[in-house]
Amino acid sequence: MFFGLSEEQLLIQESFRGHLTRSIDLDRIRKTAKSESGTDTPLRQELNDLGLPGLLISEDFGGSGLQLIDAAIVAIELGRSMAPVPFAATFIMAPLALTLAGSPAQQAEWLPRLASGETTIGVALANYASGTRRSDSVINQNNRLNGKIPFALDAATADAFLIADTDGQLHLLRTGAPGVTVEVLPSIDGTRPLCTLHLENADAEPLAKNSPEAIEAIIRAGRIILAAESFGAAEEMLDRAVAYAKERNQFGRAIGSFQAIKHLCAEMAAELQPCQSLVWYAAYAFDHLPEDAALSALLAKSHMDEVGRFVSRSAIEVHGGMGYTDLMGLHFWFKRIGFNRAQLGGPENLRAAAARLQGFVAPAA
Amino acid sequence: MDLADRAEHKAFRAEVREFIAAHRHLAPEETADSYRLLPRPYSEKVRKWQSLLVDKGYASRTVPKSYGGFGAEPDILKTKIITDEFFRAGLPPALYNQGVSMLVPTLLEHGSEEQKKKWIEPTIRAEVFWCQGYSEPGAGSDLASLQTRAHEDGDDFVINGSKIWTSSAHIADMIFCLVRTETKAGKYDGISYLIFSMDTPGIEVRPLQTMTGHPSFNEVFFTDVRVPKSQVVGGRGKGWKIANSTLAHERGMLANTNHAAGRLQKITGMLKSETLNGRPLFENAVMMDRFIRLQARVQALRLHEMRLVTEAATGKPRNIADMVCKLLGCELNHQIDAFAIDILGEIGVLYDGVPSVHHDSIWQQFFMYDLGLIIGGGTAQIQKNIIAERGLDMPREPKSAKG
Ligand SMILES: Cc1cc2nc3c(=O)[nH]c(=O)nc-3n(C[C@H](O)[C@H](O)[C@H](O)COP(=O)(O)OP(=O)(O)OC[C@H]3O[C@@H](n4cnc5c(N)ncnc54)[C@H](O)[C@@H]3O)c2cc1C
Repeated sequence: MFFGLSEEQLLIQESFRGHLTRSIDLDRIRKTAKSESGTDTPLRQELNDLGLPGLLISEDFGGSGLQLIDAAIVAIELGRSMAPVPFAATFIMAPLALTLAGSPAQQAEWLPRLASGETTIGVALANYASGTRRSDSVINQNNRLNGKIPFALDAATADAFLIADTDGQLHLLRTGAPGVTVEVLPSIDGTRPLCTLHLENADAEPLAKNSPEAIEAIIRAGRIILAAESFGAAEEMLDRAVAYAKERNQFGRAIGSFQAIKHLCAEMAAELQPCQSLVWYAAYAFDHLPEDAALSALLAKSHMDEVGRFVSRSAIEVHGGMGYTDLMGLHFWFKRIGFNRAQLGGPENLRAAAARLQGFVAPAA
Repeated sequence: MDLADRAEHKAFRAEVREFIAAHRHLAPEETADSYRLLPRPYSEKVRKWQSLLVDKGYASRTVPKSYGGFGAEPDILKTKIITDEFFRAGLPPALYNQGVSMLVPTLLEHGSEEQKKKWIEPTIRAEVFWCQGYSEPGAGSDLASLQTRAHEDGDDFVINGSKIWTSSAHIADMIFCLVRTETKAGKYDGISYLIFSMDTPGIEVRPLQTMTGHPSFNEVFFTDVRVPKSQVVGGRGKGWKIANSTLAHERGMLANTNHAAGRLQKITGMLKSETLNGRPLFENAVMMDRFIRLQARVQALRLHEMRLVTEAATGKPRNIADMVCKLLGCELNHQIDAFAIDILGEIGVLYDGVPSVHHDSIWQQFFMYDLGLIIGGGTAQIQKNIIAERGLDMPREPKSAKG
């Protein structure tokens, strides 16, 4: 047994961490968060060169053919640096959908362009991942899609969308195709706009080898990546809180010498430490432990969501009024963690799913 | 990341399973839990079982043969395989009390050859029961302020003072004890680590009732207790350093995640078997939400332990990842007990299993006992100080000058 990262994985971690810390500063995040796209295009280009888009895509299609744990390691770094670029939907969920459910022709059309970063694909599976709200859904009638599908991720700048209709059929729709309208909804995290897709007699473009298991796996991967990103973001918030507590003086001493502050930091650290293993394991199980993959993903995201909320508010608190300012910028991490919590199933939702998965279900009344 | 056993470990796991299948009828019925709730002298069966485990290398595995152990190369993965397989089979793990888990590693590290030869074997084979004499009425979290003193008289130390909260002192054969021997030295340099028999004249033990209703710890009074100087471990005035190395062992021992996993398994059964208004409790969404929260915490801690095992096996120095275990593990156990009590409702407040109202565990006892463990071995607050100061490099607490 070896529960840790390989040499190669440490290299991936280091190269992304190095690049992201060098490239990203608060001004860049702030500017991007105010833009409509929420995406830092030059940064995206740099990360394309580092291979970000093609992590999970097979080498046959120009990707690096890595596994979900490698992507999770990268997601942790993206969260740590609050990278204002799309990731989980377009470069994890979409390629997985194509790999698992696309026809060879669909794969050949989309995967190479995804891998190079030339194309991005938004994902609107909220109705499957967390349930439908206000009965928004898309109905397929005679290969015409009608309806409204909300909460699409990575969609504001996407060239296409992955959706599922009410029959559980996955479709890939092109932005700008007849009958497809994208409505951008700004979210608390300016770098993560959500979109609503309006479909009016749009042409159905089903993925060829569709299955409920494929949808489940796509969502599962997305959840693990969001948990990883939140973990990285929370670690960064803790690091900043500790650094600030050592610098800031009140009552003639560093605030970090007050036990109330020390203990809050210790609690954050204690809660966060095991989350790393939880995330690594869920990502590893995704590829290697089919019998444990479903449960471990639900436990990982639901727990990380809770720890993320605790750490993000506590780290702000340690900074006092400064934490509440825009100037300090901590709120960007706070918002990313809050955003991720609600996507692809919030913690209550995921715990209910975990209970069902283990056979703890009330028979239908 | 590779969670499969390598060939050597696969073979080892098979060997452990074979051993368990062939010998499980010899295992004592007492669970580790019941032992800790109510300390009592080792039974013949416990002694034989423990000795068998030592012979086979399933207990005190890395203790050298010359001191009565199995003499294996350290391989923390094998140690984990043993623990996990015993747990899976529903067997109590090998003894991990204060003698085996704190004194023996301390002697191995700091003891004289004679001390090692004399005490290690009988301790790991459950022939000698130890208690830990650290805390005093005036010295708990601030342990270094302890006041039990010894003066020199020829080749002996003569001890006067008292200890408190000394678990199992009423049944122990021996004590490892912190005593101020160097009158001129400062607070930290004046302490020595002494080992001596509980039968030494001048020792009086008064059991203290605990909140669980069992006497598990004691007050211990020393009046002119004479101990040869050769029974100092690690040199005069070195006791503080040595005690800290023992405390590190204790913290590891208090945070065993198999406990938590085992109790959660029991709770899974209760959620199915316990009913309310004729419906199994798992149909209650709020209960299930609490259950899955705990399950996620147990999973997180178990995986964290696997990470630590790997870090130890690959020679990574102890770090903040280790420092959080006592705090998290003890708190989690306590939360699990609390949940079990809540599941049981009124039944949960009945004492010690009332036969007419079936339930198979003594959750209130665990609930209280685990609160004791949150306090013992360094309180939760002291753990947080440690995490903040040593793990996060935050400013240290002021140290009192006195002592
Ligand atoms: C079940 C059980 C078994 C035990 N077994 C043994 C044994 O076998 N041998 C032995 O020697 N001892 C034993 N102990 C004693 C144990 O180690 C002490 O109880 C513990 O270290 C706390 O000391 P105290 O009880 O004096 O509490 P105190 O130190 O008085 O603490 C009281 C409260 O003040 C807080 N506090 C104290 N100092 C600080 C600080 N610097 N910062 C923040 N908060 C602080 C504590 O966290 C606690 O909440 C046992 C205790 C228990 C409960």
